[in-house]
Amino acid sequence: MLAYTIRRIILTLPVLLGVSVVCFALVHISPGDPLISILPADASVDLQERLRVLYGFDRSYAEQFLLWLSRAMQGDLGTSIATGRSVTTEVMRAVGNTLMLASVATVIGFVLGSLFGFVAGYFANSPVDKAASAAAVFGVSVPHYWLGMVLVIIFSAQLGWLPAAGAGPGGSGQWRLDLEHLSYMILPAITMSVIPMGIIARTVRALVSEILAQEFVIGLRARGLSEWGVFLHVVKNAAPTALAVMGIQLGYLLGGSILIETVFSWPGTGMLLNSAIFQRDLPLLQGTILVLALFFVVLNLIVDVMQSALDPRIKR
Amino acid sequence: MAHRLSSMVAALLATSVLTVPVAAAAQDKILRIGMTAADIPRTLGQPDQGFEGNRFTGMTIYDSLTAWDLSKEDEASVIIPSLATEWEVDPEDNTKWVFRLRDDVTFHDGSPFNAEAVVWNVQKVLDESAPHFDASQVGVTASRMPTLRSARAIDEFTVELTTSEPDSFLPFNLTNLFMASPVHWQAKFDETGEAEAAWAAFAADPSGTGPFRVTAFAPRERLELAPNTEYWNPDRTPKLDGVVLVPLPEANARTAALLSGQVDWIEAPSPDAIPQIEARGFTIYSNPQPHVWPWQLSFAEGSPWLDKRVRHAANLCFDREELQILLGGYMGIPKGTVTPDHPWWGNPSFDIRYDPEEGQRLMTEAGYSADNPVRIKVQTSASGSGQMQPIPMNEYLQQALRECYFDIELDVIEWNTVFTNWRRGAMDESANGAHAINVTYATMDPFFAMVRFTSTKTFPPVSNNWGHFGNDEFDALIEDARTSFDPDARDAALARLHARLVEEAPFVWVAHDTGPRAMSPRVTGVVQPRSWFIDIAPMDMN
Repeated sequence: MLAYTIRRIILTLPVLLGVSVVCFALVHISPGDPLISILPADASVDLQERLRVLYGFDRSYAEQFLLWLSRAMQGDLGTSIATGRSVTTEVMRAVGNTLMLASVATVIGFVLGSLFGFVAGYFANSPVDKAASAAAVFGVSVPHYWLGMVLVIIFSAQLGWLPAAGAGPGGSGQWRLDLEHLSYMILPAITMSVIPMGIIARTVRALVSEILAQEFVIGLRARGLSEWGVFLHVVKNAAPTALAVMGIQLGYLLGGSILIETVFSWPGTGMLLNSAIFQRDLPLLQGTILVLALFFVVLNLIVDVMQSALDPRIKR
Repeated sequence: MAHRLSSMVAALLATSVLTVPVAAAAQDKILRIGMTAADIPRTLGQPDQGFEGNRFTGMTIYDSLTAWDLSKEDEASVIIPSLATEWEVDPEDNTKWVFRLRDDVTFHDGSPFNAEAVVWNVQKVLDESAPHFDASQVGVTASRMPTLRSARAIDEFTVELTTSEPDSFLPFNLTNLFMASPVHWQAKFDETGEAEAAWAAFAADPSGTGPFRVTAFAPRERLELAPNTEYWNPDRTPKLDGVVLVPLPEANARTAALLSGQVDWIEAPSPDAIPQIEARGFTIYSNPQPHVWPWQLSFAEGSPWLDKRVRHAANLCFDREELQILLGGYMGIPKGTVTPDHPWWGNPSFDIRYDPEEGQRLMTEAGYSADNPVRIKVQTSASGSGQMQPIPMNEYLQQALRECYFDIELDVIEWNTVFTNWRRGAMDESANGAHAINVTYATMDPFFAMVRFTSTKTFPPVSNNWGHFGNDEFDALIEDARTSFDPDARDAALARLHARLVEEAPFVWVAHDTGPRAMSPRVTGVVQPRSWFIDIAPMDMN
């Protein structure tokens, strides 16, 4: 197990290097001036050149990349051009907020998705299956930002029950586990959970149907095992795949929540990326993408290790 | 187990829904503002985020030597004294100005405001050898005061400013230089030992002389301001208990936050939400701003706009009142770069109006017809700061101008790219063969309103004369305005420049933005001036 884990960690190193190269290249080939956030269009040519030198954008790409990489490896992702704040601090604060929201959304999505999936799989082709499958299809089909807007219109603008935007009455820095703060999380978490819910439900339904058709289930029933006992065996067989899907979904939610975070003004990585893209804030953009990619890689690593713990065949 | 978990989540949601009084957040007289910016504009003295930054973290926390008069809604906003009580140019050497300062002003940290503080604030963006020089503040400041070079204290409350050339526009430019506290910065420097870190610490705990001081700052989430009860100007000493600034970049989120009582004021509500906002008892404030939504025309070789008749025809062939209806009424109808009641108006002989017959006549005279239309390509964006609703507006123009034999092709590209191309000019390959570019601009300052578009010295890449419009006559008019130091003489010279600008029509003037903002009826004392700015200090709440 330890050897497998070490092997998997070593294999992630070239992935991380590749990610850093792609991430640096992507932000540099995009159009627009990296100093646009601090340099108005009417700035003089002298001023443009002076700032380009001061910010190091006059150096070659290779030099800029190596400098950035060496700092990043020491945990220093540079300074945001637009705000002058530390990128590491900005990204870690945003990651914390997104992680909180994405975790809650993933739990909701996993619980409801698994529930719908097991019910649909167990009662395949019944009205219950059709209802659960319809909920799953709704989850994967509905544009989540649209759902977010609809929820905001109903529960915030019309009924005034829940906050429309933000992470808490005093901002995310003062977040506490109480109802007032949780109320800020309800709408974005529900909105964010619909896609993982749909995907997990469809995956689990297919798995359960397949597992139930296998001979060992007939064998278990023939030996007189209770239906609860059979269910537990099905769960154990379905768990590795469901877990893998959940891990990937959490990864997507960490990096792919730009629209939801923008709709709800949730101060996470999505909002940060959005802001960095529109301001052409290259250090912030690079730092955020790199950290998100790292999260994705680490999550996959954790899921792989957990899968191998649950199903030793994977190690082979 | 899944059942149990989902039941718990459902119960938690239901409990929260029933027990959280969202709208009850408003207490005392705390004015909560939903900005369009995605982040709190920088708080260290020179805000980013364009004029929204100056509006919310510039003029609230800081003062400048000169300021805009924001107390009237029915007159053009003009320059008034602020931290400087009076100023004059040296009659012997027109590059030197003497500014006399108020002697009763202190920074939020208690240190005095004086001539040395002005010198220090000029150095922070212009003197690279100064220990507190900050490159990140240079771009947004130096470009807005292009001729200022240095400052020197004459005595405790008199300062001399030097420009690179005689420039009567300096008092306008100085509204952009906000006075931060040197003593407070030095304290931050002593704590951190490094200039960049000191500025970061200063931004988190700033000190200016403005009517509000910062009490809490959560980057990207909220900025809390408390009244500066020691403020030097009794007319602007706040009556509010506080102000909270919240970045809400998404228009629907802003509207929902207003309707749910999370904020009391939102900037730029989306036009289609305005009827609903008004129906719920909120007030919409708007007023034509010093802003132009134009097509800036190319004078490159081969451009159809080289023919003045074509330029005039384009200005005559669409109904601006119809466009105003399309925008829900939130658009000012332009008669030029500035409005006829502005000191720089100048009574041009060309009347910008809707007159399609005259437009068709001019086009026929220029050799065009329905069968032989002039082909025009316009570079624009799908969104962008100040661009209002570029796609519907450009499509309206495309359709309307067809009647006057214009065959318009829209080249829609990403906003930041258009903005960058604006600086490269019509002859650059980035123009992609466009004959016009659609980038909006502010017109408060004479340089930004007219000079940069009409001088032969501002051809790309020096500045934004994208179309390469200019000649000796305009250069002489500009020189005259720049060297007329008496305010009335300067305005008269600018009026002559404006009149000729409208007559030569290097633009198609389409709209002025009206800067709509929606506010709770609890907010009182609101004056929406003809400006990009609004003064929060005199406001109150019921």
